[in-house]
Amino acid sequence: MRRLLQAMIVMLVVALLAFTLFRFVGDPINQMVGIETSIEEREALRERLGLNDPIPVQFARFIQSAVQFDFGTSYQFRQPVSDLFLKRIPATLELSFASAVFALVVGIPMGIYAGLNRESWVSKVFLSVSLVGISLPTFFIGILLIFFFSVNLQWLPSFGRGEVVEIGSWWTTGFLTASGLKALILPSITLGLYQMTLIMRLIRAEMLEVIRTDYIKFARARGLPDRLVHFRHALKNTLVPVITITGLQLGAIIAFATITETVFQWPGMGLMFLQAVQNVDIPIMSAYLLLTAFLFVSINFVVDILYFLIDPRLRIERA
Amino acid sequence: MSVLRIHDLKVEFPGRKSTFVAVHGVTLEVEAGKILGVVGESGAGKSTVGNAVIGLLQEPGRIGEGEVFLHGQRIDNLPDKQKRLLRGRRIGMIFQDPLTSLDPLQTIESQLTETIRIHLKLSASEASARAIELLDAVGIPDPDIRIKQYPHQFSGGMRQRVVIALALCAEPEVVIADEPTTALDVSIQAQILELMKKLCADRNVSMVVITHDMGVIADITDHVAVMYRGKLVEYGETDQVLGRPQHPYTQSLISAVPRPDIRVERFPMVDYIEEAGTPTKHIDIATHWLGKARAYDKPEGALVKIRDLSMRFVTRASIVPSKRRFLDAVKNVSFDIHEGETFGLVGESGSGKSTIARLITGLFHPTGGSIDFAGTELTSLTDRRQVLAMRRQMQMIFQDPYSSLNARMRVRSIIAEPIKFHRLAASNTEVRQIVDDLLDHVGLGIAAGDKFPHEFSGGQRQRISIARALATRPRFLICDEPTSALDVSIQAQILNLLKDLQEELGLTMLFISHDLAVIRQMCNRIGVMRHGELCEVADCDALFDNPQHPYTKQLLELMPSMELLSRANLQESGPTGAPPAP
Repeated sequence: MRRLLQAMIVMLVVALLAFTLFRFVGDPINQMVGIETSIEEREALRERLGLNDPIPVQFARFIQSAVQFDFGTSYQFRQPVSDLFLKRIPATLELSFASAVFALVVGIPMGIYAGLNRESWVSKVFLSVSLVGISLPTFFIGILLIFFFSVNLQWLPSFGRGEVVEIGSWWTTGFLTASGLKALILPSITLGLYQMTLIMRLIRAEMLEVIRTDYIKFARARGLPDRLVHFRHALKNTLVPVITITGLQLGAIIAFATITETVFQWPGMGLMFLQAVQNVDIPIMSAYLLLTAFLFVSINFVVDILYFLIDPRLRIERA
Repeated sequence: MSVLRIHDLKVEFPGRKSTFVAVHGVTLEVEAGKILGVVGESGAGKSTVGNAVIGLLQEPGRIGEGEVFLHGQRIDNLPDKQKRLLRGRRIGMIFQDPLTSLDPLQTIESQLTETIRIHLKLSASEASARAIELLDAVGIPDPDIRIKQYPHQFSGGMRQRVVIALALCAEPEVVIADEPTTALDVSIQAQILELMKKLCADRNVSMVVITHDMGVIADITDHVAVMYRGKLVEYGETDQVLGRPQHPYTQSLISAVPRPDIRVERFPMVDYIEEAGTPTKHIDIATHWLGKARAYDKPEGALVKIRDLSMRFVTRASIVPSKRRFLDAVKNVSFDIHEGETFGLVGESGSGKSTIARLITGLFHPTGGSIDFAGTELTSLTDRRQVLAMRRQMQMIFQDPYSSLNARMRVRSIIAEPIKFHRLAASNTEVRQIVDDLLDHVGLGIAAGDKFPHEFSGGQRQRISIARALATRPRFLICDEPTSALDVSIQAQILNLLKDLQEELGLTMLFISHDLAVIRQMCNRIGVMRHGELCEVADCDALFDNPQHPYTKQLLELMPSMELLSRANLQESGPTGAPPAP
């Protein structure tokens, strides 16, 4: 309950920011009409849009429409912002999903291996490679990948989503066609590499910590096989911090796919946001702000619930 | 025939430059249903013996020479997989700290049944029936309900029972218990020892108990092996070894154990230990720096008067008052500490004794009551200068010598800090002189000042803590379990040092401990605490000879009996200057 309340407060604060952006960065009327519009016409428009109302009333109206997924009309496209987003969301979500899966599926086993076999040379290779993954900027990795796999080897496409299939009224997916899947590989590796190395290093550090605890020693002393000791006892105890970071990183993947989307010309929200910034398309910017905040807050909320599922000690304290 | 036989065991830890030999040629035997004690101080290699037997030596340790036999079958050279099948099935193990030995995220049931099903071919329901039976056998009430719970829902003593159940769940022939009761309160310790004795007899299990505690050895073992620096120095029947120790190390070890039965003026110095330090020289209080500015007014009556002191912690905060939960750590406690005496507070964990120390020093602010120090009411002091002046007069020595010193500061700066803070010296040269003097005085030597805390052992660090506490020239010293993290021989040195300092400087002390024997040796008057309340306050001898409160009686009964530790022999053959009987 308290978490939910906190989440609401965070959303309200972000909404206030988005609203301020909308209302006070430049004059919205100037953005909407041409130079020839007369002052009277402008005044009428202002009145019609409710821009002369007291600020709190305007804010309330802003929230009301935002809750109904109505963010106004884009200046550049002259279309409702929500429609634009609906068209772009599937691309970004699919990309984020693919790179999160990549980060987890590759990062967790690597982390476990490096944690358990600290001295082996494979772990050392993992660690050095992951250092590269953390220190190189995303766009550079993207460009490198394009250079090798698209330009030199010509195995994979360098831009776009490939062929997409429509599901339902607005969702488009690249998961169902060969070219769609192919197009997904390079961007999701680029986007997920940083998270993968982070998860790997975190799991490794936590594993090293947990392996030294008494209950792991005691589990061994009871004759449990390594498989049980490592996965049932050790891995589960490393999960709480891992989930925290993974959750935050998932939010970061979705929200900050911007760079990757630009490098690969991926038709997602990030690319749209970048264009909106260039054209001072404020409704899109404030909607993007709200959407991102909403994603972060809901992921955090899910993470909190996961804590309770994993750690029985937290359940008792709340009960 | 013996169940477990260790022959000429040598355990080594190869290092980069040289190989460290942790255990040299140890030979031991345990018979069916008997308990063998392995006793020694930290670094003696006693745990390493246990780990070597069960095949869990820490990397890169290995068995260099020797053999281990279980029922005549050699087990030390078995392949890893078979060694693993041996663990739990034929050799069980119990660890020291019940709070960390259980996986916090799994129910008791899943930990028990997984172990049972690994070793015995049983179905899930049979395994959990067996698990419930086991919990019942180790004395856990309502086992069918509690088995579904998680470790954090059990108290420390109950967890140790669960750990014992886990060690016994596949009916091993030998159980190795590594400091099984060190982390427990006396009353719980007595119960757990009783349980272990009973289980050995009932199930015909042999046990190896590894401990540093002579009381535990005297209480439950049939045979005892004394280890020192990886070597077996004495081995035999328990009453023989404790009653008529032959080896000088055993003799000094036994003489260092604080006596609960009579009070001696000084602990016999153990000369078998290298770090005893240079003997502290006597201070002439009239001319020495420590004696300056000690012209305190004589307080009216007691130096510290505590009246109706209470401390309540909020365990759950809420806006709604009825939903708040509190813990009364200290409830209406009143006592006096007279100038120059040592007042002892004794009690089990959670009894509120450390909270009182923190209330007096002002680390916590009391919920109610008053603390009067030399005529000044501490709870109502607001002026910062006055508070500082009070703080200078009282200093504290903490339990854990490892975390109570800043690891990034040199010892010299650690000790100089309070002097500079309270501006007790005119110049840096003088500060330096004082610090050197203090270091010398606590037996560390001047050279220690340039080192960092990690270069010292636990006992030496505690000496640094004492030097730091003395640096403000306090008149009142609070020692919160100052020796409970130390080996007995080191404990004897530190307690002697404290006694000497008190005598020379005329310090008043509040001495907090859970160990009745230590309290008896150190204190003039004693207060017994339980659940935040003060049960009884009495003179030292009166309390031990004629306890009034039922809880005090219970505590005294629970003390491990030391009758076996016959001191009569020690006085003739003992190392140095065993005290004459009073």
